[in-house]
Amino acid sequence: MSIKLEGINYLYGQGTEMVSHALKNINIEIKDGEFVGLIGHTGSGKSTLVQHLNGLIRPTEGHIYFDGQDIYAEGYDMKKHRSNVGLVFQYPEHQLFEVDVLSDVCFGPKNLGLKKAEAEEQAKKALALVGMDESYYKRSPFDLSGGQKRRVAIAGVLAMKPQMLILDEPTAGLDPQGRKEILELISGLRERAGITIVLVSHSMEDVAEYVDRIIVMNKGSVAYDAAPKEVFAHYEELEEMGLAAPQVSYIVHKLRAKGLPVETDAITIEEAARDILAALASKKKG
Amino acid sequence: MIRDITIGQYYQTDSVIHRLDPRVKLAGTLLYIVTLFFIGNMWGYFLATAALAAVIKLSKVPLGFIVRGMKAIAFILGITVVFNMFLTPGEPIFSFWIFKLTLEGIRTAIFMGWRLILLIIGSSLMTLTTTPTNLTDGMEKALKAFNKIGVPVHEIAMMMSISLRFIPILLEETDKIMKAQIARGADFESGNIVQKAKAMVPLLVPLFISAFRRANDLAMAMESRCYHGGEGRTKMKPLVYQKRDRIAYMCIFAFMALDIFVGRIF
Repeated sequence: MSIKLEGINYLYGQGTEMVSHALKNINIEIKDGEFVGLIGHTGSGKSTLVQHLNGLIRPTEGHIYFDGQDIYAEGYDMKKHRSNVGLVFQYPEHQLFEVDVLSDVCFGPKNLGLKKAEAEEQAKKALALVGMDESYYKRSPFDLSGGQKRRVAIAGVLAMKPQMLILDEPTAGLDPQGRKEILELISGLRERAGITIVLVSHSMEDVAEYVDRIIVMNKGSVAYDAAPKEVFAHYEELEEMGLAAPQVSYIVHKLRAKGLPVETDAITIEEAARDILAALASKKKG
Repeated sequence: MIRDITIGQYYQTDSVIHRLDPRVKLAGTLLYIVTLFFIGNMWGYFLATAALAAVIKLSKVPLGFIVRGMKAIAFILGITVVFNMFLTPGEPIFSFWIFKLTLEGIRTAIFMGWRLILLIIGSSLMTLTTTPTNLTDGMEKALKAFNKIGVPVHEIAMMMSISLRFIPILLEETDKIMKAQIARGADFESGNIVQKAKAMVPLLVPLFISAFRRANDLAMAMESRCYHGGEGRTKMKPLVYQKRDRIAYMCIFAFMALDIFVGRIF
């Protein structure tokens, strides 16, 4: 499985005075098994981009290939495509509607034409993947906490057995504990269910620890597309885009500027601590 | 899809029409509608169309934008025209079963359709060029006299402005919910009427819940700022008639007199 975008341009609000060029010549490819972080400031085009990936928005120009097939070609099965490329939106409130959790998660598989029993089986598997046990099946999705709602929303898409899962700001509005839980869950999904994951966020801190590749969007174009460490080396440019590198990046860079020979590619607090200690030790020796 | 509905929307630009006092636009729209019901021949309609075209030109709202909004009512328009064509009594030109196409019918249908189009474009032009806040401000001031006989004008105006304010928000929300459900394989387009109605449930439930939540939040926010209605409330930007408003009034009355004269006498 791979998805490839070629020369995607998207104009928003055509026919009015307020035309905006939301996406400018996007060329990216996401391969099987990758865990990609898509980062950008509000209005950078990241949400628009992911809606292109599962065919919700048609590009003004350009092509999208899923496994080599143009998804906008005549007769392409878009419903199938949307189950292959699952998209979870930012607010679970936008999709939860059923009387209980299990029926809500069944909505996706039923739309794919599955029988009730099969749909329920897939729904139960999906709920297990997000850590919701049987005691939740009959509860109303509206009585759950924010984090639980989000899990149910993710399960609602997972139940369609996607090969690729896109999550738009899955941690927005959650407390630090809830954020961590959801991020751990998402990163676990790749290992347990073997799904390619695209995580959309405006927070570097959120994705830095988990992803293998970061795509930075700025004003509708791709600014960087590289491994986290390489991207964070541009922490000054990132700041100009209204983004911030993880806090530890700032500390190690400042220390280096002050004369401590510390490695500057740390992402997590643990790595930074290790690097700083190593630098201090070598300084003592030298 | 859903963004094609332009009736009731505001089109952001700067023009003479946009700057007019909302009361002028309200009165103008009302008088224009009244005029349309007075005229009885095609010269009157031509004049009314020309006047509307001139206002559209002045307002700088692209014609395409207005016409797109007409799509939503094309169906109703079609029905009205067809009914009038076949169900008006008179000299039959052509008859089929119980339907008779009459000369009078065609005449009425053309005028009726024409009148409807002018009516809708005329009134949507008002909302296209006036922000909802301005509109309700104007309405509140124009209807102030009714306060004396116990009509809560301010409250009604506030409710109107809130509902107008929420139209774009709810449209956007509908769009998002639709996308979220389409991403889960929902299908809002195909199927028969029963299937289509059923397909609306996953859309309507989240929409209602969100509307109630927003209403609740808004009420709470107003309460916590000690909102207590119109009594003794002052405005930051009170409405005051300018020279251009007086000129506009004169143009409106001149048009009305002329058009009724042309439309009834000729």
